[in-house]
Amino acid sequence: MNRINKKLQEDHKLLSIYCTAGYPELEDTLPIIQELEKNGVDFLEIGLPFSDPLADGPTIQQSSTKALQSGMTSNKLFEQLKDIRNSVEIPLIIMGYFNPMLQYGVEKFCKKCADTGIDGLIIPDLPVDVYSKKYKAIFEKYGLRNIFLITPQTSEERIRFIDSVSNGFIYMVSTASVTGSTSGFNEETRNYFKRVKEMQLKNKLIVGFGISDKESFIQATQYTKGAIIGSAFIKTLNKHGKAGIGDFIKSIR
Amino acid sequence: MSYQVNEKGYYGEFGGAFIPEMLYPNVEELRSQYLDIMKEDSFQKEFKALLRDYVGRPTPLYYAERFSKKYGTKVYLKREDLCHTGAHKVNNTVGQILMAKRLGKDRIIAETGAGQHGVATATVCALMGIKCIVYMGEIDIERQAPNVARMKMLGAEVIPAKSGSRTLKDATNEAIRDWINNPLDTHYIIGSVVGPHPYPDMVARFQAVISEEIKAQLQEKENRENPDYVVACVGGGSNAAGAYYHYLDKPEVGIIAVEAAGKGISSGESAATSALGNEGIIHGSKTLLMQTQDGQITEPYSISAGLDYPGVGPMHANLFTSGRGEFISITDKAAMDAGLELAKLEGIIPAIESSHALAIFEQRKFKKEDIVVVNLSGRGDKDLSTYIDYFDL
Repeated sequence: MNRINKKLQEDHKLLSIYCTAGYPELEDTLPIIQELEKNGVDFLEIGLPFSDPLADGPTIQQSSTKALQSGMTSNKLFEQLKDIRNSVEIPLIIMGYFNPMLQYGVEKFCKKCADTGIDGLIIPDLPVDVYSKKYKAIFEKYGLRNIFLITPQTSEERIRFIDSVSNGFIYMVSTASVTGSTSGFNEETRNYFKRVKEMQLKNKLIVGFGISDKESFIQATQYTKGAIIGSAFIKTLNKHGKAGIGDFIKSIR
Repeated sequence: MSYQVNEKGYYGEFGGAFIPEMLYPNVEELRSQYLDIMKEDSFQKEFKALLRDYVGRPTPLYYAERFSKKYGTKVYLKREDLCHTGAHKVNNTVGQILMAKRLGKDRIIAETGAGQHGVATATVCALMGIKCIVYMGEIDIERQAPNVARMKMLGAEVIPAKSGSRTLKDATNEAIRDWINNPLDTHYIIGSVVGPHPYPDMVARFQAVISEEIKAQLQEKENRENPDYVVACVGGGSNAAGAYYHYLDKPEVGIIAVEAAGKGISSGESAATSALGNEGIIHGSKTLLMQTQDGQITEPYSISAGLDYPGVGPMHANLFTSGRGEFISITDKAAMDAGLELAKLEGIIPAIESSHALAIFEQRKFKKEDIVVVNLSGRGDKDLSTYIDYFDL
């Protein structure tokens, strides 16, 4: 069974962390992943940096720019991760924009992910209709889960469609925003979590965007299976470096 | 086969809407309504009235006699440089501000490189009394101070894009992020035939007035609607899309697209996307773009700020790969010389973007009886300091 699906069956709320590959230093990818697993993080999103990350706010964008300047590329990331499954067991998801994958070759990229032990992909700018027509078969051939986003503005019909083509989890964007722009949830947001939960989708829900501390993690997971922290984790790295990882994770859990 | 957009938003293999889900409702709202809104009588009436009374259309189709004589062919200039605000850009912003009003939006955002589209957007927002925010790269703000001042005079707020390379592509990213953060009240006025569907088609339709007028004017002057060639410079490609629009599916009309070679195609400082780019995704559209092998979008260069975009609109990507369009690249030097030459031969100082289109006559021969229409997309006032520095005037 795919590690993501297995993890989703565990009987507790899941904490996921987003980290940018090659940040803060080019060779930090692997040690950070190991440190996060050691501290009990349930699964990871590894950001493949892109020059023009439309859905990201300044924090993640700056980390991407720096990683690119340090020399991060798709090839470099696969090289860094080639033995990852000797030391890390939790599910790993690559989050990246579509253009670098397109240049790498979508099939070649998927094969490389499978060979490396990557379990799924999040590609914010690959629309679900293009995916289901053109790329779904390739992802399935390599056993990769493709994770789609929904937002408070996504219609019920479209959520049902996204649910029908998903086989991992659904990434609930908490508010209409880019990453790192809000913190804490208002009643409207909680109602949206509740509304989608009540749709009884076949895929579990994981919330992202706007989760930065214990309180927002608890709020976000009240109606969902788990939550993803991105910008707040990058900010911790900026402030305390790798040494701050343990304390940060403990402050959430 | 048509070179217009198909019902799915593609020009051949190019186009579509490669956007994050957060943008889907905004883009879908526009996509589902833009054609119906544009078809409304009241919309057309208001659009045409503004183009006539405010923009100053129709712009003349001028037979450039001395220029023609020099190059041994018959050259007409479509005088978009005489539009209000100095370039064709305002055709699109007039159309989109009316679109925004009908969609019930009361906040406008735009991106700008050299500032021409920003000024054209700020202008129509002032005209309609609508709040206007323009994103502009920090570096462009420094080198285009007069246009920043114009936008401020017109009541717009200019926000510096401080991310990435701090130029046009980053200003576009910032505008898109703003739209993600403000999905309900805001309309994004994109300045070229780029971005996710329906933008390339919608902007092309607003600019199509250029070729619509050329047809009627050529009929009057030459007793024929079709020139042998229509020539335009291409950055993102909005003036070109407008100049080609009604000729796209007329194979008897040659389409010539002129890109900025900068300091030379292989100099590493160029913006000739068709020569240097390959298929990829930029700003929500599948098209040709300049990028690294790893798929990172690179920063182009041209002496003309309006041509240094790392992609081209999907319509043009399709014209290039299908062979329907002839693509020529022109260096900074050739363009500057052509601009100076037009000034001396015809008393018209062109924008440096448009100078690229004029420069092809030095390297591309036409028959004596050919009728060649060059879209003179903008005037050179904004480029005076560049002309002064370059020619030591």
